[in-house]
Order: sequence, then C-alpha cells, then structure tokens
Amino acid sequence: MSQVTTQPSTDQIWEWLDAVPDPEIPVISVVDLGIVRGVEWQGETLVVSVTPTYSGCPATSIISLDIETALRSKGIEYLKIETQISPAWTTDWLSEKGRAKLEEYGIAPPQPAGGPEKCPRCGSKNLTKVSQFGSTPCKAHWRCQDCLEPFDYFKCI
Amino acid sequence: MTRDDAFAQFLLRMGDNTLILGHRVSEWCGHAPVLEEDIALANTALDLIGQTQMWLGLAGEVQGEGKSADDLAFLRDAWDFRNVLLCEVPNGDFGRTLMRQFLFDAWHSIQLGRLMKSSDERVAAIAEKASKEVAYHLERSADTVVGLGDGTEESHRRMQEALDYLWPYVGEMFQSDEADAEMVKAGIAPDPASLREEYDALISRILSDATLTIPDSSFAHKGGRTGAMHTEHLGHLLTQMQWLQRAYPGAKW
Repeated sequence: MSQVTTQPSTDQIWEWLDAVPDPEIPVISVVDLGIVRGVEWQGETLVVSVTPTYSGCPATSIISLDIETALRSKGIEYLKIETQISPAWTTDWLSEKGRAKLEEYGIAPPQPAGGPEKCPRCGSKNLTKVSQFGSTPCKAHWRCQDCLEPFDYFKCI
Repeated sequence: MTRDDAFAQFLLRMGDNTLILGHRVSEWCGHAPVLEEDIALANTALDLIGQTQMWLGLAGEVQGEGKSADDLAFLRDAWDFRNVLLCEVPNGDFGRTLMRQFLFDAWHSIQLGRLMKSSDERVAAIAEKASKEVAYHLERSADTVVGLGDGTEESHRRMQEALDYLWPYVGEMFQSDEADAEMVKAGIAPDPASLREEYDALISRILSDATLTIPDSSFAHKGGRTGAMHTEHLGHLLTQMQWLQRAYPGAKW
C-alpha cells in the first residue's frame, strides 16, 4: 500500500509564519520583521532560516521557539531552524505592511535619513531625540515637541 | 604555532574583548545617572555579549575540543583570557566608562571593517553583523565624549582625567605577535599595527571636538591579549561573572 503524504507548500508555510507575532512588538509578524530568510523542504524536513536582528537580542531564542511551536501545531513533524547571520539583517527587510502596523501601534518606522519622519501620534515633524537607545535593542527613544508624547523609533540599520 | 592555534588565539582575543567589556558595562545596569543612559549602557552590553557568543562559538569550533561559547566564557580562569587590559579596567565614574567605551569602539569599528574582508567567510559574516551594532556604539560614545568633554568645567575635568588614566591602555590594541603574523599570512585578519593610523586620525578629531588633550606619552601597559599578565581586576570580575558555574558546576538555566 502506498503511503500518501501531503507536504504543505512553502507558500502555505510563509502564510503560517506570517501569523507568528514578534514577541517584543506583537503587532508585526516575524515575516514582517524580515527575519525569516528562507523556507525550504529538504526531503521530509522543513528547513527555516532565521536571522537575528541584533546579535544580543534576547528575543532570538524565543522567536525560534515560537516558530517551532506554530509549525508543529500545523503538523510539521521534521523541522530544522537554522540561524543565518550573513547577509546581516537590515531594516530594509521590514515589509510595507509591517511598517504601517508599527506606525499605527505608535512606533515610528525606520527612515534612511536616520530619524523618524513624523510623530506616530499627531504627525508633527517637530521632533527631538531623547536617547539613541530605547526599550529594545532595535529602537531609539524620541519625543514629539508638539504633542509632547515620547515614542519609540525603530532604528535604521 | 599552527594555523589553527593562531586562528583560535585570534578568535579568543575578539570574543574575550567583547565578553569582558560587555560584563563591565553591564555592571552599570540600575546604576546609571539617568534612565536613558542606563538603558543605553545595558543595550551596548547586550550587543557585546551577543557578539561574544559568535566569536567564542567559532573559537570553540576551531579548537575542536567540543567546547561551547559558554564553556569558554565560564570555565576558564584569568590566565586563559586574551582580552586587552583596556576592557577589564574598572568602570570608574560615568565619564571614565564612556571614555573607555569610545577608545574601544573606535578600534572595534576599524577592526570589524577590515574583518569584513576576511578570507574566512565565518569571520567576515560575524564582522558584518557586529559592525552595524558597533557603528552605533561609536556614534553614541563619541557624542557623549564630546558632550561631556566640551561641557561644564566639572565634566571637562573628569573627562580629561579619564583620558589620562586610560591612555596607557590604548597601545596594547595595536601590538602584534606571531599569531597575528599567521592571521595576516592567511588573509584572515589585519596586522593590528596597521590600524593605528586610522585610529589616531579618528580619535584626534573627536577628542579635539571634545576640547580634550591626548597625553604626550606612548607608554603602553600590555599582557592582556597575550595572557602574559592581566591586571588584578580581571580575577575579581571573573569571581562575579563565573560565580554560578564555580559554585554549581554544570548548572543549567
């Protein structure tokens, strides 16, 4: 008797991964963040390549665990999660959807100019940098001079 | 000295620098003068510890004795560490910590820039990753050195004292030995001495903006990167950093 196995397509896997939230910024998914670099079937084994945002980011191991949990719940039995450090992660890999969600959530998305474009709350461009570092390694701390609200800026790297 | 011995030595030097400095900087956690600085220092420490995992992980691989990055960090004693002495000197005040960070970041950024062209692709990949973080560290430490140096009378005095105290620890970063020569031959890493000119140009520009005077002395404390003689401070640091593994060998989180 021949055994019929149906492997989910890689498109399907990407879709599932797009439902896995980033543990520190749960409004965007790990796919939005651009850290899933590859999804590939190698025979019976699904290989997912993940790149860390910052080398010391404490969320890295949680992210791998969340990805594993999500895919296991979809019935993926043989799974390998590989860490890929090159090419190094860049904020250019954030999806458009991810950028929009960040802004909606109150985090200014990264800009090549090196600072936020506008206050994510009131849209003012009258901004000041409070600190180059913020609540997580990937963010800096800014403040709007008009609505006076402090906010996170997703650093451009 | 074989190629692999030299390579492992080089990797320990990179990883021990980031480990020991990362630990030192983490000592500020909860103690910095303002919350933003506390967060900034903790984030810098975190980046350095993250880089340590990559360097020491590769060092263990090259040594081929089955040691992990954690084994190397927690199960060696002072004489086996290969960090430059600059990384282990105590924090002092906030100004001295930031001056030490600046003097190291400037070297680190130039070194990683060169290592991105390493003939060993694993080294190039780690350098590519780390250099993005270090560019940020340098931007911040340089800004702070200028802000405090060209600040009040009090902050200026403290920054000049910090520079005078730390200057004798700068020279060690540019010393070369047999292991370095082997790395140059293999195209894995640059000759440390070859970084000096770029380094001097960079720090002269920043320190001049900070209205600080570079001491007129080329005396250099050494012994850290060769392991010949660390300062007394390293042992104290390790008793704290390695305490858990010493008290409970093999304990897992």
